[in-house]
Amino acid sequence: MFVRGDLRTYGLLARAGFRRQATYRLALAAGIVTNSVFGVIRGSILVGAVAGAGTAVSGYDARAVSSYAWWGQVLLGSVAMWGWSEIADRVRTGDIAADLLRPLPVPAVYLAADLGRATLALLVRGVPMLAIGAAFSGVTFAAGPLEWALGILSIALAVTVGFLGNYLVNCTAFWLVEIRGVMLAYSIAATLLAGLYVPVHWFPGWLQAVAAATPFPSLVQTPIDLLSGHAAGPAAWRLLAIQCGWILLLAVAAHLATAAGRRRLEVQGG
Amino acid sequence: MADLRTEAGPRAGAWAAYRSILRSRVRAQAGYRVSFATDIAATVLTGLAELTEVYVIFHNTPRLGGLNFDAALLVFALANLTFAAADLFLGHCDRLPTYVREGRIDVFYLRPLSLLGQLMTSEVSLRRLGRITVAVVVLAIALVRNEVAPTPVTMGMLALAIVAGTVLLGGLFVAVAGLQFWLVDGREFANAFTYGGAYAAQQSSLVFPDPVRIFFTFVVPAAFTAYLPTLVILGLPGGDFADPALAWWLPVAAAWVWLVALVTWRFGVRHYQGAGG
Repeated sequence: MFVRGDLRTYGLLARAGFRRQATYRLALAAGIVTNSVFGVIRGSILVGAVAGAGTAVSGYDARAVSSYAWWGQVLLGSVAMWGWSEIADRVRTGDIAADLLRPLPVPAVYLAADLGRATLALLVRGVPMLAIGAAFSGVTFAAGPLEWALGILSIALAVTVGFLGNYLVNCTAFWLVEIRGVMLAYSIAATLLAGLYVPVHWFPGWLQAVAAATPFPSLVQTPIDLLSGHAAGPAAWRLLAIQCGWILLLAVAAHLATAAGRRRLEVQGG
Repeated sequence: MADLRTEAGPRAGAWAAYRSILRSRVRAQAGYRVSFATDIAATVLTGLAELTEVYVIFHNTPRLGGLNFDAALLVFALANLTFAAADLFLGHCDRLPTYVREGRIDVFYLRPLSLLGQLMTSEVSLRRLGRITVAVVVLAIALVRNEVAPTPVTMGMLALAIVAGTVLLGGLFVAVAGLQFWLVDGREFANAFTYGGAYAAQQSSLVFPDPVRIFFTFVVPAAFTAYLPTLVILGLPGGDFADPALAWWLPVAAAWVWLVALVTWRFGVRHYQGAGG
């Protein structure tokens, strides 16, 4: 009974995250227009690179690589890479004290809301982007229902990895007065190493090694590989396992950071 | 402000007021040293990350849109330099919706200075100096690697590209600010023109399909800030709707953007009804 009650709470939190974003319709339309413009530019660059090199680069021909660019635009709204500072702001104002008093772990509460937000973003921003990309230059898809299911699972895992990464960045607010520098450095590294601009498979060897040592390829490269049919069979399972490994590692880190932050926190006034 | 006016006439008074506003903005940023240093480091990193992107592309292909790596470096440097400079002076204009929501814009209406002038001088993003530094270093490297001869044509084009290119992109920020009076919640729409235009400007126009190239040459004339000048400086042939001779029309392209900017701004200001309160 206890576990079912908890699940219901997380479900309600996810719904609240979903509805909070659904209010801003004009913002959504603006986001779709902007994402499309960037999709066209990114796709054109990658296709131009393939044309300059011959017919294919590291297993991507023109069609595969433009599909890569558009799938990236689909994920953009859901998978957090540019960071948010909601929790850091609550640490600064002291509101975090209320979160720490609740009988649920803080990261899990915010993750539930974030999954709700990401689901809405995927439906109202991602799906239209997919349609626009398909109309503009064609998009390739996962082969069958199982591959689709794994692809969608990998989006959920990517959202979770992105959330936990940002959560840890926010936790630095327990120790630092101003976390903007940490946030900026994180998002610059994340967008580059996730493969948002150029597929990670195109990186020179040393940069691929750097990327593989971070959770960032799990954010964009992995879900795209699965959803576009670039990776299937054992390769797909291996990628999912890597995502799960990062989630485990980051979740432990988030738990420890929250616990250490709680001891460190001092809220003034009353 | 009243004293300034009686002392030196309304025009001189306005200039003195803008100057002191700008001075206060600069001092405000330099005051928080650590925060300022972090911001500078972040913009340097952003520039380097974008440069890595270009490097990774050319790691996989010898040519992109008819340019080799060295030529692409020149396009990258010019596009980054002009955009970062425009961003330094006018980039905050796309924060107009925040000003509207916070009621700060109402304060602008009350002061005896031009609304646009106040918005333009309300902030100077000195942190962009980091990105400008990266662009200048890449520009120097690109000029050396391409063995650009210092003739009147190459140096004239370079100077024109840097000055008029900055003016053009600055105009984009203002044009978009005017639209924001309607788009308060849709501020991300503005990014399609400003950041989208800047991103397109970093590329060879020839990577784009014809309609996109025409859009970024004749509607949002981003191609004028870096790609077209590069064709002239390096003596490259270009292609359809990307003739090197077009590059000399850069001042006209900048004037076009500012014409649109002043029109959207004028209608935007008239449209504004106040945020209540």
